Amino acid sequence: MITLQVSRYRPGQDAEPVFQDYEVPLRSDWAVLDGLAHIKDHLDGTLSFRWSCRMGICGSCGMTVNGEPRLTCGTFLTDYGEGPIRVEPLRGFPVIRDLVVDIDDVLAKLAHVKPWLIREGEELPLTAEYTQTPAQLEAYKQYSMCINCMLCYSACPVYALEPDFLGPAAIALAQRYNLDSRDQGDRFDLLATDEGVWGCTFVGECTSACPKHVDPAEAIQRYKLTAALTSVRNLLPWGRS
Amino acid sequence: MRARRTPEPYLWLLFSGGGVVAALLLPVLVLIFGVLAPLGVIEPPPAARVRALLDPLLVRLALAAVVGLCLFHAAHRIRFTVEEMTRGGRLDVVLAPLCYGAALTGTVIAVLVLF
Repeated sequence: MITLQVSRYRPGQDAEPVFQDYEVPLRSDWAVLDGLAHIKDHLDGTLSFRWSCRMGICGSCGMTVNGEPRLTCGTFLTDYGEGPIRVEPLRGFPVIRDLVVDIDDVLAKLAHVKPWLIREGEELPLTAEYTQTPAQLEAYKQYSMCINCMLCYSACPVYALEPDFLGPAAIALAQRYNLDSRDQGDRFDLLATDEGVWGCTFVGECTSACPKHVDPAEAIQRYKLTAALTSVRNLLPWGRS
Repeated sequence: MRARRTPEPYLWLLFSGGGVVAALLLPVLVLIFGVLAPLGVIEPPPAARVRALLDPLLVRLALAAVVGLCLFHAAHRIRFTVEEMTRGGRLDVVLAPLCYGAALTGTVIAVLVLF
């Protein structure tokens, strides 16, 4: 058995989050999420948490495990020795109940960067096919691996201090389209702002936290260079677009 | 909507340029003139030779650029490290001019010494 110290917050009952200890079987093939499911099924049906796929694809089960933002489906109980393991909601987000956080802000930010292929002068529905070389695919593929689990936002100290910061996943998502050879969009006005890439101070925790190796920190630094050069070009009298 | 005017792109270019210079050139300069020469591992170059080395305008310009970029790199780092450690975005109004002002002063001093 291993102890899970789970953060509980029941609106109307708890004034603030409190920890509750549960003993769950320590099995080598059990992730923290399996421990939580065991609690829900056998010990305390009132515990609330989000989950869906159990295989690191849906991005629903992000929580703070022993202080680190983790996907609980990919974080195994045996990684923590004798325990106890402390499970808290993702930091940096308002808590709705127990381990469930309010993610509306990040969802709005993801939509804000126009995350779709923008084509000039084409009528809908688009019927033409645009083939890509393996190299053109490789240019953005890494950034398309994001599962919107929001661990990067939870890890980012800038987002914690500046809630208006566009944040790692949204900027990486914008780069996923900026670097796509089929995209003709211009996201400069969305990204090259104090709340956009210039808000990032390159702490790099987003990349450390990312379970899919998207490397949002790299995406942001690369766009900083693009944005800085565009800004300089816009200053030049012959460079204004 | 146009992006609001912000000095960040230019400060960031100085910062990243300084990062490249600091990583590539500074260790070599410090190793030669700050460690090996004073310790006598290599013969310290005579002052006349160092002065002769600094004679071409291009060398002095390059050295001024190295010093200036490194100082702006440090200023940028210190500005954001202090702000994050004190959780004080409000400090920026004072801290940014202070950091970049110090870097600018250092650059001016370097130029005055070199030319």
